Amino acid sequence: MFPKKYLLGALLAGAFVFSSCKKENPQPGDDGTPATGSLTVSLSTNVNGQPLVLGTQTYLNEAGDSFTVSMFRYYLTNIVLYRPDGSTYVEPESYRLISESQPGSLTFSINGVPPGDYSSMRFMIGVDSTRNVSGAQTGALDPANGMFWTWSTGYIHAKFEGTSPSSPGAGHMVAFHVGGFNGPHHGIRGVSTSFGTARASVSTTSTPTVFFDVNLAEWFKNPNTISFATEYNNTGVNPTNKMIADNYADMFTLNHIQN
Amino acid sequence: MRRRVFLAVISAVIVTPFFFSGCAEDPYIPQPAVDEYVFRVPSNFPQPVYNFANNTVSEAGFKLGRKLFYDPILSRDNSTSCASCHQQASAFAHTEHRFSHGINDQLGNRNAPPVYNMAWLPYFMWDGGINHIESQPSGPITNPIEMDESLGNVIAKLSATPAYRAMFTDAFGDDTITTQRMFRAMAQFMGMMVSANSRYDKYMRGETGGEMNAQELSGLSLFRQKCASCHTEPLFSDYAFRNNGLAADPTINDSGRTHITQNPADMYKFKTPSLRNIELTTPYMHDGRFITLDQALNHYTSGVVAGPTLDPLLADGIPMTAQEKADIITFLKTLTDISFTIDHRFSEHAVSHEH
Ligand code: HEC
Ligand code: HEC
Repeated sequence: MFPKKYLLGALLAGAFVFSSCKKENPQPGDDGTPATGSLTVSLSTNVNGQPLVLGTQTYLNEAGDSFTVSMFRYYLTNIVLYRPDGSTYVEPESYRLISESQPGSLTFSINGVPPGDYSSMRFMIGVDSTRNVSGAQTGALDPANGMFWTWSTGYIHAKFEGTSPSSPGAGHMVAFHVGGFNGPHHGIRGVSTSFGTARASVSTTSTPTVFFDVNLAEWFKNPNTISFATEYNNTGVNPTNKMIADNYADMFTLNHIQN
Repeated sequence: MRRRVFLAVISAVIVTPFFFSGCAEDPYIPQPAVDEYVFRVPSNFPQPVYNFANNTVSEAGFKLGRKLFYDPILSRDNSTSCASCHQQASAFAHTEHRFSHGINDQLGNRNAPPVYNMAWLPYFMWDGGINHIESQPSGPITNPIEMDESLGNVIAKLSATPAYRAMFTDAFGDDTITTQRMFRAMAQFMGMMVSANSRYDKYMRGETGGEMNAQELSGLSLFRQKCASCHTEPLFSDYAFRNNGLAADPTINDSGRTHITQNPADMYKFKTPSLRNIELTTPYMHDGRFITLDQALNHYTSGVVAGPTLDPLLADGIPMTAQEKADIITFLKTLTDISFTIDHRFSEHAVSHEH
């Protein structure tokens, strides 16, 4: 705590600085700043159409291996919203850690969006190279979240862990930690979704929700079929890392938009 | 007394916004910097790599970083601190051991390098696996054979310690303890660890105490011909990854830079180490295989092993006569900065939280 002698000075001086304080929540329009709205994103995870349940529920991958899922997490970052005329809203500080074990992370709001009709959305799976080389980060990017390699510093963009009887690993474990932010095998992937003829109509009073289906099975197919008999544990930036990332690049599909 | 009043007014202006929630987003500016805690670039050094503008050094931040560096609370069983392996008397290297000893006395497979002039490093560790001074501590803290602790646990332990909450408040304006704040405080401490007061530095700056004798000057000129292409002045490293021809040790099989890049062309390459304070930092090389500087120089004359990734500069080794070696070693000893090894700012302090 501050020593008493400074505290006294602080209180005395307070009167002079108080007036310079900014309002925390300015009301739209009342100080000349443009009024904004919000857009909600809701993610629903499935494995080839079956809802994802962590734990004992079993699924099949493309190679025919049965598997369970104990962990599914990824970074969803750098969101940009597009209007039909090509103008954009680039969300500042756009970093979210989506974690299947934390259902709250599957629905989130993008705030500060200028009112208007939006026709597509882009984002990244993974953390951009800049934040990988900028030192200590906080919030979603806090390395204490367990999505960071400390021996070869950089973010783990996405993690899948589970078991499969096909896996020769200890306890039949399967683990894929995808990382890397430069070089030929990095795991960052851009996702671009057009809303087709639909529009997400943002206004100061109405908040549209964009519903995405996230198909975990995509990690292990298209274009690269991954069999857990041979690939079951990969936690480095190598050709397998790239194969998984190439696969998961299309795990998002737009379901519908609710205005 | 006058100074105290002045400080009180300054601190009032600075801390006052925190009594009004509406200003919570204003960046906290800690108390005015005291001269001892200002980062300065020595006149014979280039600008640092680390951008202190995003993490201005303050006395409170520096002292917090220092406390963390000396505190075994960062390890799983509270046994091992950063200073267990990085000791001031040897310019923060670890001299007794070839390999570092971590938690439960486990042996690592690399030699603990000295810690000084870290603000100029583009990447850290022998293989450059860590790319930022603020990310560096996360390596040893989470390494199972060094401190074996999770970052989450470290934050929980620090948050449960009133003295730390007070120190974080002094340094960052409130007692929220995050990895970012912890790492920034440690970057303030390690970034301030500048070693630039060797006899060589004084010679280069034309200062008193910078006299060199004929043998040392001969050593300097030989060094510039034979060594400086990699051990480049004034930091005595080019911070490139190079294979200087050490015979690979099959029991350790340390691939060096390849471990990070997966690129076979980087096999057995390690970051060129600085040679400042080299007299104090035995053993030498990434695996500590040499005890004396004679051995290290003999490597260059007669020990260089050919291989696909051997640095082309060393294709024929480095021919040196016995006299030339002696001159170079005499010169290398002018790179010793004793003032750094006894600078009270970098020593362990019993921390009492008061002003
Ligand atoms: C068990 C011994 C040990 C402990 C404990 C330890 N280190 Fe190290 N340190 C090493 C070794 C060994 C290396 C070289 C590692 C490598 O290259 O893989 C190293 C490297 C470094 C480097 C890089 C220097 C360079 O030139 O690249 C810094 C900085 C550093 N340590 C700071 C710290 C800090 C801060 C802590 C506490 C959080 C710490 N160390 C704890 C042994 C240790
Ligand atoms: C081609 C680049 C290159 C040249 C030329 C070179 N070195 Fe080195 N030096 C290195 C590298 C790289 C290392 C670290 C090697 C390792 O540990 O794998 C090193 C390590 C050392 C070390 C051990 C440092 C420590 O902290 O462990 C000493 C001492 C040394 N060199 C002295 C010299 C001297 C003296 C010369 C000139 C006669 C010289 N070097 C020339 C690249 C070079």
